[in-house]
Amino acid sequence: MAAVMPAPAQSRLLLSGNEAVARAVWESGVRVAAAYPGTPSTEMLEVISTYPDIYSEWSVNEKVSLEVSIGAAFAGSRAFCCMKHVGMNVASDALMTLTLTGVVGGLVIAIADDVGLSSSQNEQDSRYWGRFAHLPVFEPADSQEAYDMTKAAYDFSEKHQVPVILRMTTRINHVKALVTVGERVPHAATGFKKDTARWVMTPAGAGKRIPLMFERDKALRAEAEISPLNVIDTGRDKRVGFVSSGPAWMHVRESYPDAPTLKLGLSCPVPIEKIRAFAATVDKLVVVEEVEPLVETELKAAGIACYGKDILPRQGELAPNVLKPAVAGLLGEPVPENLTPVAKVFPRPPTMCVACPHLGVYYTLAQLKNITISGDIGCYTLGAGHPWNALDTTISMGASMGIALGLDKGRSEADANNRILAVIGDSTFLHMGMQGLLDIVYNKGNVTVLLLDNRAVGMTGGQDNPGNGRDIHGDPAPRVDFAKLVESLGVKKERIHVVDPYQLPVLFKTIREEIKIPEVSVIITDQPCVLIDDYKKQKPYEVIDDKCTGCGNCVDVGCPAIHVMRREKVIKPSGKEVELQFVQIETSACTGCTLCVQPCAPGAIVHADTTKPIRLIRH
Amino acid sequence: MEKNVTNILVVGIGGQGVMTATEILAEAAIALGQDVKKTEVAGMAQRGGVVSSHLRFGPKVLSPQIMAGTADLLLAFESAEALRWCHYLKPGGLVLMNTAKLVPPVVNIGLYDYPDDPVAEIRARGYPVRAFDAMEIAMNLGEVKLGNTVMLGALGDHLPFPAEVLLDAIVKRFSAKKPALVELNRKAFEAGRAAAKAAGQEAVAA
Repeated sequence: MAAVMPAPAQSRLLLSGNEAVARAVWESGVRVAAAYPGTPSTEMLEVISTYPDIYSEWSVNEKVSLEVSIGAAFAGSRAFCCMKHVGMNVASDALMTLTLTGVVGGLVIAIADDVGLSSSQNEQDSRYWGRFAHLPVFEPADSQEAYDMTKAAYDFSEKHQVPVILRMTTRINHVKALVTVGERVPHAATGFKKDTARWVMTPAGAGKRIPLMFERDKALRAEAEISPLNVIDTGRDKRVGFVSSGPAWMHVRESYPDAPTLKLGLSCPVPIEKIRAFAATVDKLVVVEEVEPLVETELKAAGIACYGKDILPRQGELAPNVLKPAVAGLLGEPVPENLTPVAKVFPRPPTMCVACPHLGVYYTLAQLKNITISGDIGCYTLGAGHPWNALDTTISMGASMGIALGLDKGRSEADANNRILAVIGDSTFLHMGMQGLLDIVYNKGNVTVLLLDNRAVGMTGGQDNPGNGRDIHGDPAPRVDFAKLVESLGVKKERIHVVDPYQLPVLFKTIREEIKIPEVSVIITDQPCVLIDDYKKQKPYEVIDDKCTGCGNCVDVGCPAIHVMRREKVIKPSGKEVELQFVQIETSACTGCTLCVQPCAPGAIVHADTTKPIRLIRH
Repeated sequence: MEKNVTNILVVGIGGQGVMTATEILAEAAIALGQDVKKTEVAGMAQRGGVVSSHLRFGPKVLSPQIMAGTADLLLAFESAEALRWCHYLKPGGLVLMNTAKLVPPVVNIGLYDYPDDPVAEIRARGYPVRAFDAMEIAMNLGEVKLGNTVMLGALGDHLPFPAEVLLDAIVKRFSAKKPALVELNRKAFEAGRAAAKAAGQEAVAA
């Protein structure tokens, strides 16, 4: 994104939590910011990249982004790194030793937990990292707090020479609320000062730093007890008091405006004594935390009686509709009815876009028999859904490679003739797939890899990556040549094919031939995501109603622009009953990719007459 | 729940402009000095999924989420989505809805049925409905993308502030981003406003 003029200080702006953090990072004089895209964290770096005077980058994965930030903080610059919750699993190797060295320049690591699973493969509680790595955790409850706490976190980080985890959730990252912003204060780098005992973590060096980490724990615990981020609200109704943090605290205040609350802004280490004193002022204490019972467990260990996950769910958001029925039971009040939808309406799962280059790949895979398809994280995970049902596993970024090899090596006798395929996108391949492919090659696996290069991190909104030759600002950057890359990893040149995924016969023939050959093949598709500027729309198509025979071949492509207008059951000469599906194309949405034209037996799909007004499909 | 907070639920599917429409509504409330929170439940919405955008404004807003049974207004960009979300309305809360049906692939391939008559089903549950074809209105103005502004226009006479405040927010946004489209959006807003009014008279007649 291009740089913009930041809004002046004292402006009151409607900002998402992500935008608020970005503003605070800029105001804090941060010099280096790095991330890999991931919902719901992506917009933090996207917005930071529009601010002047700050180096920002899309890193190839979260571990590298953290390492870049660590280097900058070692050099005495302020640094920022952000990721979705699963990203920290990748980055954690660096984190667990970073806690021993600490930092010089302030370092804030924002981790976005996708509580409620809006777009993730699991639900995690990143507050665990604070406990695991002995690091302070800040938890904002709305955009203003996300802004304020980010700024406070930089001072805190430098005071204790410790990286700070800013734990956010989807309900902070993506909520827009009013934020009053301030001035930017530049922050000069102090420069890297050589100190082998501190920066080189050999066993001997690390052994000396561990006691210092424990000393720091004590200092952090003392800070938490007096931190202005941990706020008590003395309510009138003392029947129940709440200890809470993040958006859950907002839900508590909304549901029980008169109840005493203790909001944890600095939630790790837990301010045990402050909570003990608070608990003494209320009849019952309830800990309302999303997701795991971390504070609750620590309170119980300290002998403070409380309720928590015994009455509240351990999954998903603790919104008022969840909170109120749970607490009503505790108060002996009538449990309010949790209103559910009045009518059963079909689900609307996410779909691939009109003309998506992945459509051709999954249309082809759906027609192949005796195959197992190891999948990965991205838009192409949707291939597991209808109408293709052509993806069999998804675990984590890059996992399609290793899992495919394991499916190959671990196959049963009955599966001897089964073909193993792996499907992975360009950005996911560069993130964590390359090593897996190397492993397949090195260990002589029999896997056909489909590398779907659509020149973008598609699912998160089409961000740039090393595969498309553009940096975070859209400026030219060195571009990976995927065919050369996989060849250098050891894939035989004759087993590497670059194909146009809109050429169905070529795609089908290539995949069918390669899966028969008992060694590693890589088939690279080379057409861009339809949501990025590289994609060029073509003349749209329409269906000649009289010619459509209802065969339904085009419906199997799975393009959302194809609509079934009428169904008809007929008995074939063989005696088999089939359902015919007569279709129309939403011409205003069609971009002329031809994927439906190619399988249309009667030739009923032709270029639309663009001189006529657009006809909207009416069901 | 805070008594002075207005709750508006805006629903539709990814790509229809639900989130932008809610943001413009938020800007109108901000112009009046209100505290505002806006939140979406939009899992992978860009891929044709369900989008529900919650807007809450008043002197002070805490939770960004509207509780089911408490929304003052439901603005639905798509028929089945109006039916899906109408339980979020307080008893007797008003539904302003586009009659257009956007049929997802799971219905196209025959796995599920599209509800026969969403408007009738919602009315049967006691919610007043003003239904109109926002896409048709937008097409008649020459641009299907105006549907978004048509929907906002429909809301114009049902807000706790004058319709002109919302229109000003639309004009302000387009003046900054696409000045050539200001007049067309003005027309779309008024057309939506008129359509909701006419739909109200029809409802009474029926």
